[in-house]
Amino acid sequence: MSELKGRAFLFGDNLNTDYVISGKYKFKTLDMNELAKHVMEDIRPGFYNEIEAGDFVVAGENLGAGSSREQAPLVLKAAGIGAVVAKSFARIFYRNCINVGLPVVEVDTSDIAEGDVLEIDIESGVVKNVTKGVTLQAQPLPPVMMKILADGGLAEHIKKNGGFALEDEEPSD
Amino acid sequence: MAHPDKYAIVIDHNSPSPMESVSNIHKEMRTFAAEQGAKLYDVGEGVCHQLVPESGNIVPGNIVIGGDSHTCTYGALNVFSTGVGSTDLAAALVTGKMWFRCPSTIKIVYDGALQPGVYSKDVVLHMAKTLTSRGATYKALEIYGSVIDDMSIDARMTISNMAVEVGAKVGLMACDRKTVDFIKSRTNRPFKGVEASLSAVYDKVIREDLSDLPPQIAKPHEVDNVVDVDKVAGLEIDQVYIGTCTNGRLEDLREAARVLAGNHVAPDVRLIVAPASKEILLDAMREGYIDTLVKAGATLIAPSCGPCVGTCNGVPSDGEVVLSTANRNFKGRMGNTKADIYLSSPATAAYSAMKGYIADVREVLQ
Repeated sequence: MSELKGRAFLFGDNLNTDYVISGKYKFKTLDMNELAKHVMEDIRPGFYNEIEAGDFVVAGENLGAGSSREQAPLVLKAAGIGAVVAKSFARIFYRNCINVGLPVVEVDTSDIAEGDVLEIDIESGVVKNVTKGVTLQAQPLPPVMMKILADGGLAEHIKKNGGFALEDEEPSD
Repeated sequence: MAHPDKYAIVIDHNSPSPMESVSNIHKEMRTFAAEQGAKLYDVGEGVCHQLVPESGNIVPGNIVIGGDSHTCTYGALNVFSTGVGSTDLAAALVTGKMWFRCPSTIKIVYDGALQPGVYSKDVVLHMAKTLTSRGATYKALEIYGSVIDDMSIDARMTISNMAVEVGAKVGLMACDRKTVDFIKSRTNRPFKGVEASLSAVYDKVIREDLSDLPPQIAKPHEVDNVVDVDKVAGLEIDQVYIGTCTNGRLEDLREAARVLAGNHVAPDVRLIVAPASKEILLDAMREGYIDTLVKAGATLIAPSCGPCVGTCNGVPSDGEVVLSTANRNFKGRMGNTKADIYLSSPATAAYSAMKGYIADVREVLQ
């Protein structure tokens, strides 16, 4: 999980979860592979077909604003997105990504261009822009979140440990 | 489930179901509630953010999570409440626990007194403009001041409801006499309000006098894209929606009815009204508000989220302009990306429906 490589798809600030997956679809099915075909449809029609497994969604500030719908990280994952990369994240979306095992990378994305190839090491937070030949350092994930992510998401964490096993960590979300 | 008695399931989105797939999801919810012994509020009961407090399920000092981002609504009742995703919710159901980061806090004090025709919705739209949609990400808000003191519980809930629209985890208000009276009218459970310690440290303190605040409108497609009503007055509208967890309460219907009494909506405007709960519907019927609204041309729909989530009961057509009392105006929010959504108070919405264009309700409420 920790070494990821893919192309950057660029989005702006305040990309909300309604745009990731529209409310009009999220009630139609619980099948995320089916829902994934509509990912970002309202703002970037055809996005699903552009994605190759491992590619990244790269955004500005406040990625994942709005609705608590967990379908947002789930469809990104089902569509093949390897990680979401942004300057900052909305709180619920940030938690949801970790909970479903979609890595979040908080880093200054100002100089990343559409199509740039990135190599990301989740544990160290090192983001290599292979296209531009520059290396960025992401905010490290809080230990609690790293632990949940390393277990493969919150459901797996709970199953594995028979409950929350985060007490020895400094809580942070 | 660790504590089924502490859990409620509410079928409020797409309710009653507009299609087979939704019906099947609703059925799963009913089956799950029955299997687990959890409380179920089925079709027609109302929106969760009204039902949870109205039914006496929560008291000041509680910690509440909900699988909906507007769970922060109960901050108005001195309850720490916040939205989570479904896996967080499931983990809490199984373990009875949840982990949180203790957020830093922004303190907001709104002094002065609102003009007639200006409401809590105008205050919170102004707050969204001031803070921006990410101005309080990960943070808690504490909201005080004479403007809040003067408000009803209904009105306060409108403000806390939209705390998430500035990224906040919760929008807390003090536990005052009105809070105590409301809670005591709903439950016999003992409780004790919580208050900030005198040594509390804030990220920042915003203090503002709102005595001159005019009615506010959020323009497409962001909630913080807010202007004074005169900047968009005259803009023709096709549909008006009064309802939702933000503004479907009794006071909201009262103010809309007050504006529309003896009047009629403009010929080309559709007005849709959804009370936030069955109790509100019954109260509004008894008070005559429903009679007034329907005679004025409103279409009454079931207590539910209604068209706010874009799947039923009023999806706009291409190129239409909607004025809504909801909390979000994102592109496609109401089910059509080719429609524009503006947000306002119920009184502004009602008056604009009557005029056929966005208008300043102070013209009739001075």
